[in-house]
Amino acid sequence: MRFLLLFSRQGKMRLQKWFMPLTEREKKKVMRDMMMLVLARPPRSSNFLQWRDLKIVYKRYASLYFCAALEEHDNELLALEVLHRYVELLDKYFGNVCELDIIFNFEKAYFILDEFLMGGEVLETSKIAVGVSMEEADTLQEQTMEEYMSKPAY
Amino acid sequence: MGSAEMCRDLAPEIDRLLRASNSYIKKKAALCAVHIVRKVHELGELFAPAARSLLTEKNHGVLHGAVVLITELCERNPEALERFRKTVPDLVQIMKGLVISGYSPEHDVAGISDPFLQVRILRLLRILGRHSETASDAMNDLLAQVATNTDSTKTVGNAVLYETVLTVLDIKSESGLRVLAVNILGRFLLNNDRNIRYIAMMSLQKIVGTDHNAVQRHRGTIVDCLKDHDASVKRRALELSLALVSASNIRSMMKELLLFLSSCPPELRAQTASGIFNAAERYAPSQRWHIDTILHVLTTAGGDVRDETVPNLIQLITNTSELHCYTVHKLYRALLTDISQQPLVQVACWCIGEYGDLLLKGECQETEPAQVTEDDVLDSLETVLQSHMSAPATRGFALTATMKLSTRITDNVDRIRSIVSIYGSCIDVELQQRAVEYNALFKKYDHMRAAVLERMPVIEKNSLGQTNGESAVEAIKAVQPATVKQGEPPLPLQPANQVCDLLDLLGGSEEPLQPSSVQSGTASGLPINNSSTAGGDLLDLLGGFEPTPAAPAPAVTVYEKDGVNLTLLCEKHSDSGLTVTLTASNSNDSDISSFTLQAAVPKSVQLHMKAPSGDFLPARGAAKVTQMVVLNNPNKVNLKMRVRISYTSQGSACQDTVQIDSFPGL
Repeated sequence: MRFLLLFSRQGKMRLQKWFMPLTEREKKKVMRDMMMLVLARPPRSSNFLQWRDLKIVYKRYASLYFCAALEEHDNELLALEVLHRYVELLDKYFGNVCELDIIFNFEKAYFILDEFLMGGEVLETSKIAVGVSMEEADTLQEQTMEEYMSKPAY
Repeated sequence: MGSAEMCRDLAPEIDRLLRASNSYIKKKAALCAVHIVRKVHELGELFAPAARSLLTEKNHGVLHGAVVLITELCERNPEALERFRKTVPDLVQIMKGLVISGYSPEHDVAGISDPFLQVRILRLLRILGRHSETASDAMNDLLAQVATNTDSTKTVGNAVLYETVLTVLDIKSESGLRVLAVNILGRFLLNNDRNIRYIAMMSLQKIVGTDHNAVQRHRGTIVDCLKDHDASVKRRALELSLALVSASNIRSMMKELLLFLSSCPPELRAQTASGIFNAAERYAPSQRWHIDTILHVLTTAGGDVRDETVPNLIQLITNTSELHCYTVHKLYRALLTDISQQPLVQVACWCIGEYGDLLLKGECQETEPAQVTEDDVLDSLETVLQSHMSAPATRGFALTATMKLSTRITDNVDRIRSIVSIYGSCIDVELQQRAVEYNALFKKYDHMRAAVLERMPVIEKNSLGQTNGESAVEAIKAVQPATVKQGEPPLPLQPANQVCDLLDLLGGSEEPLQPSSVQSGTASGLPINNSSTAGGDLLDLLGGFEPTPAAPAPAVTVYEKDGVNLTLLCEKHSDSGLTVTLTASNSNDSDISSFTLQAAVPKSVQLHMKAPSGDFLPARGAAKVTQMVVLNNPNKVNLKMRVRISYTSQGSACQDTVQIDSFPGL
């Protein structure tokens, strides 16, 4: 996978994860191109597009578009599964996830993504394992916060 | 993220972590290693042993990472590929475990156990089995099992099946398995889900070269997909349909393709049109069908066809002489309905110009003849000339066609004269030039008009790229039939020289003696000019056509050998100008073909070789070939000429040279 983007129907970028080095300008250009291409698609068309030399796979969940770019040899149907799995992970963690959850807790969304994908490949195929990692991270965060809060301020 | 130096520094560290005990660390280390290998290929060696050992892990995350790592290593390094081939049995084991195992809540997705891992393993197996019989054999059973057992109602099942199909088609699988794979693709094609159909067509595209017959079976479904609403699906269907066209299904396929052309999105039009042309060219069942098809395409998508279509079509039409009447009738009708499609209008004008008399005769076998009067025809041509929709090239075609009609029709020659003289002051320089030239044809050279404007002979295809796009050159060519036919004598010197000269033909420049860059040592040092330049523009050509004076000097035999006889006849037509006529005949018992003459003269003498009357000398002097050579000797040097004769007799090429030192009649 080369990149993964999440954007709303109104064209606002919610999440972006890049698996290849690009300059800021190039990233902006790619994001604009993706939004233009995907948002222009009629509702019941196929989820696959060709863009430059990449295969673009996109899926719409409620008001959010999940868009991934694959290389020549990647399996598109599997990419659809990857996107679906990510949504399931978000759902499990946030409980009935909606766009607001992602907007207000975007760092958690990124954590989950980092637990699931790394370097463009699937890191962990088990839903439970990802959930466990997130819990550990949360506990650690809470502990740190507690410690910090309990220290007297000078 | 990391740069190459960072990768190099951290590689040993990662290797160590690959062997750590914590699986969380191991899986991350594995993907890190993948990235390192992608950045710095040589470090792959470092990770190979660790990767091997990771295959025995139970943790799916680690296993997945290991498989990805091994895939990377094998893709980059053929030696690694060899080594990892030994792991095929292990991989098969793991895969079997996944497929057969019972429900595992942790990894299950819609009934399939860890599809991510399954797909990656299949991909690795594909790479390992690609060129290896033994490895492929080991996988055959497994692949068959996966293909048959995987539930294909959900996307995830289809993802696994898709990967399986790709693997089967890529390795050296047995034929039964291949048939199974293609059948799965066929099932995909019938699936309601657009995505699946898209995927299926992409895969079929890849194998249409190798398993053509298997794909043909699904032709019906593919053609149906042309009517799908989705643009991506349409594109794939179009590519696949074009690949599937063959001699047996050309008629039905063409019907579908033409239907598609009328309703397809604009970005696919050009591709469709050129695809249709290619297919028609290769598999046309009859000439008439071919012409009909091209006309149909021009009427529906005229604006999107390529430029060479017009000359190609014209060449095709001239070749099918029995259909001239039919063609011109159809084109005339098309012209009446719509003059916006430029290529169509151009071809129509050209045909009406050439075959207008057939149109006016009013009888035709193939189609219903139209009762057309000369005024009607001239009206339609004038409409084209005056319409603002016509491109300049189109108007050129129309003007030339009008001019040609002056020899084909009888009553309205005056009307044509007036049209032509109007355009003598047109703003467009091209049109103005033509109009002026045609005017001159009417005035000064009326006796030439019939000869200049007579029917064009059949045009050779691919004649050194000189297509008849230039109408003015067409008129010249009418008099010098297919000068390009001469272009293939089997002599080494000729090609580059010919091309240069013929390009100049189009440019219309005078061609004085030109040392050819491909001179390969002619001892005499006389620059050889074998060009068949028309020289200059039309008027100059007509100048060269002065009727030869009636008093012939005696013809002298200059060459006689092997049954080939060449005679020379000279006439002075001006102070320094001389016309030499060379006549060749063949007294052998066998025919001579590809007979060509080339001439060289001293430097200050100018030489123009006119086109020969032919290149075929039948046996026993049944016919002769004549060629005129116009010489201009302003400095009055001693005139000599060296003539090279080349021909093919009884399958072998012969060549000879003769020097002519004295010219009788000078």
